[in-house]
Amino acid sequence: MELLMAIVIGVLFGTGLYMMLRRSLVKLILGLGLLAHAANLLLFNSGNIERGAPPLIESGAKALEGVFGDPIPQALILTAIVIGFGTQAFAIVLIRRVYEAVDTDDIDRLKLTDE
Amino acid sequence: MDQLILLPIVIPFLTAIICILAYKNYALQRQISMVGSFLLFGVVIWVFTAVYQNGPLSVQPGNWPAPFGITWVVDLLSAIMLVLAGLMMVAVAIYARADIDEHRESLGYYPLYNFLMMGVCGSFTTGDVFNLYVWFEIMLISSFVLLELGGDRRQLEGAIKYMTINVIASMIFLSAVGILYGLTGTLNMADLRGALATAPQGMVITVSMMFLVGFGIKAALFPLYGWLPSAYHTPPTAISAIFSGLLTKVGVYALIRVFTLMFVQDVSYTHNILLWVAGFTMVAGVLGAASQGEFRRILSFHIVSQIGYMVMGLALFTPLALAGAIFYIIHHIVVKTNLFLVSGVVNRLKGTYQLKKIGGLYKKRPFLGILFLIPALSLAGIPPLSGFWAKFALVRAGLEAQSYWIVVASLVVSVLTLFSMTKIWAEAFWAPEPDEGADLEVPPADWWQRVIPVAALCVVTLLIGSTAEWVFQLSLETANQLLDPTLYIQTVLGN
Repeated sequence: MELLMAIVIGVLFGTGLYMMLRRSLVKLILGLGLLAHAANLLLFNSGNIERGAPPLIESGAKALEGVFGDPIPQALILTAIVIGFGTQAFAIVLIRRVYEAVDTDDIDRLKLTDE
Repeated sequence: MDQLILLPIVIPFLTAIICILAYKNYALQRQISMVGSFLLFGVVIWVFTAVYQNGPLSVQPGNWPAPFGITWVVDLLSAIMLVLAGLMMVAVAIYARADIDEHRESLGYYPLYNFLMMGVCGSFTTGDVFNLYVWFEIMLISSFVLLELGGDRRQLEGAIKYMTINVIASMIFLSAVGILYGLTGTLNMADLRGALATAPQGMVITVSMMFLVGFGIKAALFPLYGWLPSAYHTPPTAISAIFSGLLTKVGVYALIRVFTLMFVQDVSYTHNILLWVAGFTMVAGVLGAASQGEFRRILSFHIVSQIGYMVMGLALFTPLALAGAIFYIIHHIVVKTNLFLVSGVVNRLKGTYQLKKIGGLYKKRPFLGILFLIPALSLAGIPPLSGFWAKFALVRAGLEAQSYWIVVASLVVSVLTLFSMTKIWAEAFWAPEPDEGADLEVPPADWWQRVIPVAALCVVTLLIGSTAEWVFQLSLETANQLLDPTLYIQTVLGN
């Protein structure tokens, strides 16, 4: 399971970066989204991915024993998803504004600030 | 008593919320934001004195003992950064009264400004790596919106570059946090110190490099600084001044924190990389500035160049070098914000930032000339101004560590900085006025709201220069606290 997840994360990072390197503004947003998913899955992977092993302490025991699914990465992902959602919502509005102002989808023509 | 370290986050938060409640009433928002700024400044001074006298403070909200809950901790470095943030917030809040037009006020400038400061103060206060990510994001999202506020075409173009690269940096940072948690099972910075010592060293170094890239983009280190000079000169001056003073320095703060507290397993390898990066950052920034003819673009490239000095102090990793880096941060935040504010005053008078179109300012406004000269010469490192002492400490530390090439680089960059500053001086202040260059009409209230914060920051620069011994002692104490974090760890984890 972890190997499969690792491959998925790698593919997501790769496609995300590839999309961001294209010249289109829309692909930039798609790339940002894919990168965010990749990072979230990587966080998910850092706790053990175990089926049917909740982090519950047996009655009488003092601490968790054996292999268990760690809940903390899942709490972290929830936070990261919310933040990523906000950022992407803003990004979409921003590219719309840029498109209106510049009248092109081509990132290569956004050179006004470097002159 | 310890709870007071949460106030630097709570005050900007409440101010922002109250500003939102008064959304339609800009005049009221302006006053609320003013009050909030002064309150924050008072509180951070209080926090600083408490930490200076009694040592680091920490709070575990919700009474979850560390390392299980989220820890808040203020040591001397955090306290110094908080004081600087408070000072900048007050200075820029006064300046913004004149600089931010009604259109931008109606789009929510004041709540955003306060949320930005909440993110900055949160980053300085937290003792948890994931929480640091959250504060970074709060700061970044506010800064995205502030950067494009008003919707100027140049602002929009700058904002899209700034946003893209910073989101990539955040993703690298977040991935690094994930791997770090997988490696050690903890996110508490003080706890990580011990946990990382027993983790597989190859992975630890890999993660440390991911942190270097993530924070390096935010701090504008070579070769990842390109976004800064193409974004920082686009928004109104008040916004670019607070960005230039604080945002990259939050990146530097995070670098100092993780590379003194967490990643010290293989200093000869990781800190050597930092040293090379520092050298290239200095040189690349200053050479970029040399070819520019726009006031704020020159200053933006100089931010990059000076980040190099701070990282140089961190990379040399001796008490003296770290003290130099901290002194440099104290000096740099004040001076750099001030120079941006001066550029705004010049723009208000002349209606342009292009140096070629400005001239004769010294003849007409000698007072403004002096207000520019003090921070400019301080930036270049002319004694007895604050920049000289910071550079002196760094150069001496470099010589003691026998890293001669970085000393040579820093001295050459210093001369080139002086060249850039004299270029601005010669073209904007001394050169004869171009034909079309009649001054714009500036009402007195507008003028004084711009000049008072500039003059106040000039006084602070002079104070840092004249009380250099005390500031240096403070920096040295901070450096010792960073290099031997026993006290920090005890404050967080107990015995």
